[in-house]
Formats: sequence, structure tokens, C-alpha cells
Amino acid sequence: MIEHLLVVVLLAFLAATAIAVIRLSNLYAAVMLFGIYSLLSASLFLVMDAPDVAFTEAAVGAGIATVLMLTTLSLASDRENEKPLRRGQPLKLVVVAVTGLALAWGTLDLPGYGDPDAPAHSHVAPRYIEDSPRAIGIDNMVTSILASYRGFDTLGEVAVIFTAGLGVMLLLGRTISSGSRSKSGGRKHGGSKSGD
Amino acid sequence: MDPILFERYPYWIAILLMMIGFYTLISRGNLIKQVVGLNIFQTSVFILYIGLGNVEGGAAPILRAGTDVYSNPLPHVLILTSIVVGIATTALALGLVVRIREAYGSIEEDEIRAKDADG
Repeated sequence: MIEHLLVVVLLAFLAATAIAVIRLSNLYAAVMLFGIYSLLSASLFLVMDAPDVAFTEAAVGAGIATVLMLTTLSLASDRENEKPLRRGQPLKLVVVAVTGLALAWGTLDLPGYGDPDAPAHSHVAPRYIEDSPRAIGIDNMVTSILASYRGFDTLGEVAVIFTAGLGVMLLLGRTISSGSRSKSGGRKHGGSKSGD
Repeated sequence: MDPILFERYPYWIAILLMMIGFYTLISRGNLIKQVVGLNIFQTSVFILYIGLGNVEGGAAPILRAGTDVYSNPLPHVLILTSIVVGIATTALALGLVVRIREAYGSIEEDEIRAKDADG
């Protein structure tokens, strides 16, 4: 019961933070609130029994993403223009509302939150839960799936990060070598590669 | 809380967050605000997936004596991968923002368009 209460409260906090982020025109405040949003979602993952996801989100989402955004702000301006309402705002709200309602309608066919009989929990997952600790020899099932059963997937992930790092360096490399302002997303990103 | 309502509540809030991110993305002209919106959208998808993987009364998927019911580890693995891919795309987007700021002197979409129109 206490777990349900925590989920409800954390989700309400998340919604409030997201609405505050979209309404703020001070970009520093918006980015810091986004860091809080990431940390709140990390807490939610912990309550939802996903500790591995929680600490990755706390380190990467709340840590590295916030640092990267602050670095970008230090290179660009920190205030949003005060004339944010461009043409066609009502139409955009309608598009967002219709998409949201369609998705919410779709959830009516989903198994309920925490339903132990959901199809997702009855076919592939039991095999990993029962066999992976014995077959791989690691107690943490998430680790053994990530690094062993789906090792090639993780290798592909490394390729994605490498490509992104290469892209950032190519984009900003000239700025660094000309020495105009030495703080850049490229070097910060290099740090994130070794962390993961 | 009414259990029927609670069964859907996490999904609905995830969709609400998704739509907040989506609206930020299409309605704001500031490039950094758009990146923040994209990240909010992304995190809401993570919440939806982790919510779907949760099993009532289950433990975190780490083997422990005396525990039989675990949450589904597969969504966790999927989301771990997408968190890392997400930070890679965010870093690239922010790199582009810095580069655009250098070339145009602005990170507001309308000012950039106006400069493009002037040639």
C-alpha cells in the first residue's frame, strides 16, 4: 500500500515539475528543474522495482544531461524570448490533446499496473528469471541479460555513443582548436563515455 | 485509492508527461527549450515501460533466497539501453545548438529564420 502511495505522489510531483519547466522563461531555472524531474523519475524507477534503471537515470539523466545543458547555456543566452506565442497555438494544443486522448484510450486495453498475469510476464521473462542466474552465474538478471544474452545489442549501443561523440567533436572541434571558448560539449561527452 | 483507477493512473500520468514534452517541442521557438521538451518526452516513455514491467508484490530482479516473484527484467534492460542512446542524441542536439548560436548569434527559431530569409 505504501508503495502505491509513493507511486501516486511521485507521479504527481513529476507532472507538476514538467508543467513548471514548460512555463519558465528563465532557461537556467528550466534546466535545473529538468534535473529535478530526472531525479524524481529515478526515485519512481526505484519504487517500481528497477534499481539498475534508477541509478543509470540518476547518473545520466540528472547528472550528465543537466551538466551538458548548463554548458550549452554558458555558451548561449540564458533567457527565452518573452514572445513565445507564435501562430497556430490553438491548433497545436488540439493536436497534442487528440494524440494524448488517443494514447489514453489505448491504455484501456493494456493489462493493469502490476498485473502478475500480464502476457509480458508469462512468456519470455520467466525463462530469464529462472535460468539466467544459473546459466550466467550473476545474481542480477538485468546485468546478465544486458551483458550476455543481449551483448551484441550493448555493442551496438557503444557504436551509437561513439558516433554521437564523433559528431559533437566534428561540430565543435573548430571552436576548440581556435581557442575562442574552450568549454565544449565535446569534451564533457568524452567523459560520459568512460562512465558508462 | 480505487484499485481500478490506480491500475491506469501510472499510464495516464506517463501520457500526460509525454504530451507536455510534445507540446514544448512544437510550441516553443527556443532551441534549448525544445531539447528539454524532447528529454521530458523521452523520460515519460521510460516511465511507461518500467510501469508495464512492474509485478504486484514482486521484488527487484536480483536473485535472493526466499523470493519467488520478481519484476520483469526485460523492460529494464531495454530502458537502460535507451537512456544511454538518449544522452547521445541530447549531446549531439546541444552540440548543434552551440554551433547554430555561433553561426547565427541566436537560439530562437524565428530569429534564425529571419536571418535565413535576409540571406
